[in-house]
Amino acid sequence: MVELPGLLPELEVVRKDFPILERSLAGGLPLVYLDSANTSQKPQIVIDTMVDHLERHNANVARAMHQLGAEASAAFEEARDTVAAFLGAPSRDEVIFTKNASEALNLVANTLAWAKGDRKIGEGDVVVTTEMEHHSNIVPWQLLTERTGATLRWFGLTDDGLLDLSNIDELITERTKVVTFTWVSNMLGTINPVAEITRRAHEVGALVVVDASQAAPQLPIDLAGMPETDRPDLLVFTGHKTVGPTGIGVLWGRREVLEALPPFLGGGEMIETVRMEGSTYAGIPHKFEAGTPPIVEAVGLGAALTYLGHVGMEHIHAHERAITGYAFEGLATVPGLTVLGPGDPAVRGGAISFELEGVHPHDVAQVLDVRGVAVRAGHHCARPAHARFGVQSSTRMSSYLYTTPAEIDALIEALHYTRSYFKVG
Amino acid sequence: MSQQATGQDLDALYQEIILDHYKNPLHAGLREPFEAEVHHVNPTCGDEVTLRVHLGGPEGRTVEDVSYDALGCSISQASTSVMADLLIGKTVDDALAIHTEFLTLMQGKGTVVPDEEVLEDGIAFAGVAKFPARVKCALLSWMAWKDATARTLEGQAS
Ligand SMILES: Cc1ncc(COP(=O)(O)O)c(C=O)c1O
Repeated sequence: MVELPGLLPELEVVRKDFPILERSLAGGLPLVYLDSANTSQKPQIVIDTMVDHLERHNANVARAMHQLGAEASAAFEEARDTVAAFLGAPSRDEVIFTKNASEALNLVANTLAWAKGDRKIGEGDVVVTTEMEHHSNIVPWQLLTERTGATLRWFGLTDDGLLDLSNIDELITERTKVVTFTWVSNMLGTINPVAEITRRAHEVGALVVVDASQAAPQLPIDLAGMPETDRPDLLVFTGHKTVGPTGIGVLWGRREVLEALPPFLGGGEMIETVRMEGSTYAGIPHKFEAGTPPIVEAVGLGAALTYLGHVGMEHIHAHERAITGYAFEGLATVPGLTVLGPGDPAVRGGAISFELEGVHPHDVAQVLDVRGVAVRAGHHCARPAHARFGVQSSTRMSSYLYTTPAEIDALIEALHYTRSYFKVG
Repeated sequence: MSQQATGQDLDALYQEIILDHYKNPLHAGLREPFEAEVHHVNPTCGDEVTLRVHLGGPEGRTVEDVSYDALGCSISQASTSVMADLLIGKTVDDALAIHTEFLTLMQGKGTVVPDEEVLEDGIAFAGVAKFPARVKCALLSWMAWKDATARTLEGQAS
């Protein structure tokens, strides 16, 4: 096996934790899973923890008076503690469980429209997003600004796939109420300067909402360790990309902000008292968790983040960088292949989108799939970023803590094969 | 069922005919005259087609022209080319019958034996039906044509 500095030293052991990596595909081919930015695979401990919870501790949370109810509630709340520790959140009550990142972003956008007082977004206000966002961090803000008469503006991108901050003073002004951006781009791999943008936004009193869906899986996050000026006010991520299950996401928010926002969904658990004439609401986090939550999913997420913690986010980040660098070298040997986004692998996350001249991404992915290599083709829910670079779609490989250099070799080999299959070059 | 493909299926998917149409599409480009123009997209991948229909002949019941501007994968591009070549010159009724035949083939999960008399080069898409993710690619322009034709017929009626 290739020796790369930064690679997880126990890579083979890590791989054994993920049972799916042992299965084979049609024709007995081994699975080469390079679609982790789409969703990550799950380690045995997550699967076992969820099964154990369902087999032994299943009950509703917060409203069951029996032993099982106590166990289920404890497991659910323990998962909240684990998330808080994973993010370095100043307080565990600031962690709200949602269905996924998309729901968390919609929660924020909607409650900002319904808020009273200072936070309320209305006519004349400006919301700033960026051209490299996932659709989940564009559409909720379009809906918000269309409904309230506010204006949506956005940072453009440089040719190198970075945020173009040259007009930051035109975008972030006294009228700007919200600045939202992705920490790591799911398409370009760009890692954005969270502290710099947040500081500037805070100078004008704007709220900062960070989409950490691609950052949480691969970068160490320590909210409490950030100076307050540089710390986002709200941050979201989605469980299934951090080796957890689907159906669970996280919204972290600064206490004062969450307390100032009105409820999102109404129902059980989010109330203090209900009378026919009107209701009062629970404190955070429960105010934003109406109805029976995704209990076993939260428990699974807790196991997932504990697992990542044991491997160590610093180590995972180093591993991703090593694999990304190695992939860059390999991709450079494929004639007619152009990588989108920053050219320096050291400043990127573990997602690499590319074009292969003469072969449409759909066809690339199809041929790779027959060789057992799973990648994504399309616009990766980032159509505006594709449009910015004049491409309709792209092929994306994305690695994770279980990715090996040999898998990158398999990808490169399959790309050469794709070119010969389509007789290009 | 899981979508498991082998190298053999790959060759069944990418028939020579498909690759030929992909490299040298027939009737490409947007032309005048036309009665209806539609724009269809495949939201999952972003493939898109702008397609125009011109009906003429007796009572406007003949497909005089199908012209298009399409962006997409080999399957969607080739399917557009094959469709235009098949439908141009047919009566609307015949064209709709061919449309139904193609739709049946694509939705047959690989179990339908295509009729070469009716579908001509279109039979090359039989292998696509085994790849659920690609059926939409093959159908994109066919759906666009049906939409544009329906609009044209509505226009004639009013
Ligand atoms: C950057 C980014 N934001 C948001 C999302 C949305 O996540 P989810 O679909 O789980 O809500 C994704 C992943 O799809 C993403 O990559």
